[in-house]
Amino acid sequence: MADFEPRIVAYCCNYCAFAAADLAGSMRLQYPTNVRIIRIPCSGRAEIKEILEAFWNGADGVLVVGCMEGDCHFIEGNFKAKRRVARARELVKEARIDPERLEFHNNAASMGPQLAQLFTEFTEKIRAIGPLNGDTNLEHVEVGA
Amino acid sequence: MITKSNLEAVFEAGHFAITGECGPPRGCDPEIVKEKGSILKGYVDACNVTDNQTAMVRMSSVAACKLLLDLGLEPVMQMVCRDRNRIAIQSDILGAAALGIHNLMCLSGDHQVFGDHPGAKNVYDIDSIQLVDVVRKMRDEELFQGGKPIKKGAPKIFIGAAANPFADPFAIRVPRLAKKVAAGANFIQTQCIFNLDRFGEWMEGVRKRGLHEKVKIMAGVTPMKSARMASYMANNVAGMDVPKAMVDRMKSVEKEEMQAEGIKIAIETIKQLKEMEGVSGVHIMAIEWEKAVPEMVKGAGLYPRPDMSGNA
Amino acid sequence: MIMAERKPMAELEAMLEPFAKIALVGCKGCVTVCNAGGEKEVGILSSQLKLSRRQQEKPLEIVEVTLERQCDPEFIEMLDVHLDGCQAVMSMACGVGVQLCAEKLTAMPVFPSLNTTFMGLTEQPGEYAERCQGCGACKLHLTGGICPVTRCSKSLMNGPCGGSMKGVCEVRPDIPCGWQVIIDRLEELGQLDNYEKIMDVNNWSTSRDGGPRRIVREDLK
Repeated sequence: MADFEPRIVAYCCNYCAFAAADLAGSMRLQYPTNVRIIRIPCSGRAEIKEILEAFWNGADGVLVVGCMEGDCHFIEGNFKAKRRVARARELVKEARIDPERLEFHNNAASMGPQLAQLFTEFTEKIRAIGPLNGDTNLEHVEVGA
Repeated sequence: MITKSNLEAVFEAGHFAITGECGPPRGCDPEIVKEKGSILKGYVDACNVTDNQTAMVRMSSVAACKLLLDLGLEPVMQMVCRDRNRIAIQSDILGAAALGIHNLMCLSGDHQVFGDHPGAKNVYDIDSIQLVDVVRKMRDEELFQGGKPIKKGAPKIFIGAAANPFADPFAIRVPRLAKKVAAGANFIQTQCIFNLDRFGEWMEGVRKRGLHEKVKIMAGVTPMKSARMASYMANNVAGMDVPKAMVDRMKSVEKEEMQAEGIKIAIETIKQLKEMEGVSGVHIMAIEWEKAVPEMVKGAGLYPRPDMSGNA
Repeated sequence: MIMAERKPMAELEAMLEPFAKIALVGCKGCVTVCNAGGEKEVGILSSQLKLSRRQQEKPLEIVEVTLERQCDPEFIEMLDVHLDGCQAVMSMACGVGVQLCAEKLTAMPVFPSLNTTFMGLTEQPGEYAERCQGCGACKLHLTGGICPVTRCSKSLMNGPCGGSMKGVCEVRPDIPCGWQVIIDRLEELGQLDNYEKIMDVNNWSTSRDGGPRRIVREDLK
């Protein structure tokens, strides 16, 4: 398992987490290349279905990162995200996936170093848990009647 | 006299009536019922037999009533609306009357979630007030609820109903009694009374509407066995009002004195209730403590009980 | 609307165990509104089932379809084109929808994925409460617009029972005593006199007790 490189998807809110990732970059802070950031307008935009699809499409771990409590650009999107991730962890477990592969965090725009640290620690945690096996062809047939 | 009930006769003669309570066993041993019955015999005018109380399966009320009847103790058969529809209810009433049971206590019944069969389906085809009305119609109009006449032998039942002066909303507690009286209740047994002030308030409302003249009101009395029981009833039982002073009084005595103190409080309560205008009797609920009843009745100066056999 | 909740995953997986390809069929009616069986929930359950089966190395192929309604035959007919190679259908509709699917799709088994719970309303997002039992004989005009059959745990027509304490039902602390609510409302309306009228024994023949019910409207045929 030494050569296992986990694939991490991080849903980052535009106003805080994504800005923090930007800051980390301009501060030339290193964080693992395992993390693929998906920029979303608000952490409250992260849908349970998309989180599950990330796992289906090959993610070994998923992060949802929103603003600090009380600082959400959309007032309470981060609280919604927190509750939704809690629910998603239950659903992930039902799907026989370790819920520890999914986490929610608050991270302000000014917290570049903290975000880099979160990414590093989470990558190491998933590395320790191991790969989520399986193939990656998701065929969604979207049909309305 | 509208029925052959001993309880009705005691009321008619103007006596202060006493009823007791006997919970049938969770098995089919008749001796348990007889044992409880023989403790109470002579000290009460009639004895309630509960109907699967707290939604726990027990020997049927009608069978336990018959066992008491054979002992020479008059039963008050309790009937809850939880377990039977109107067909079973009326059938059981006919059966009970055929066995010589003359008193029926009409109750809605504890919800099944409290018992050991929480997955049971409840019935509640009719409610307790409607049950009173059904029994009255069977007795006075000789009609089944469905409207057809009863053939040869309408059950002559002395109809009881319950009242809880302490449940909420307090504002409708008297109107609710009025509904039971209007439906045809002959006597009322109340929830256990520990808060005499609040009961007095309720009785005042009862008297204001003259309900005590239309129905015999029997005040519920329960002797407390321990301080623990007192606090449990104060905090955990819905519809029960146990003042803090009473809990404290139970706590103030030594453990081995608690039973005696409980009986003492109950006797004082009975004496006060007897003096209250409109209270026609007491209903003693000594739950699994039947032995306390003779002492209470004697202590309250209500022994011996009147013998109505000549009048019946 | 009709409220429903998803069944436990283990129950669903046991139903689908023998199959390799199924159709998971949502409904855009009530179960969409109560977030139990709409397009979104179809997507979530589909992902869950596929992930779980992939973890077990027994892949499951799922065709996701969400119909306008599952309680009308014309919509069920639209399913056919999606069922190529499917061995079973799992419906995410209420019990009505599942049954119509089962009636129409005679060639394959139809499974329920929800437990249909009650007719109710949304108190706030994510909180739903029962309001109607469909007894077929509405008496709301007598009780201040609050249904004793539904809101009283014992369906008492002349409540409340002795278990009403501080406005709460003895059955569960999260149930407001239905009769307390009725009485408060009658008081507000100045109709407390209504309370003392004895409500007669119900005729339950209009309810489920009279056998499965039907409405026939010749004018609509």
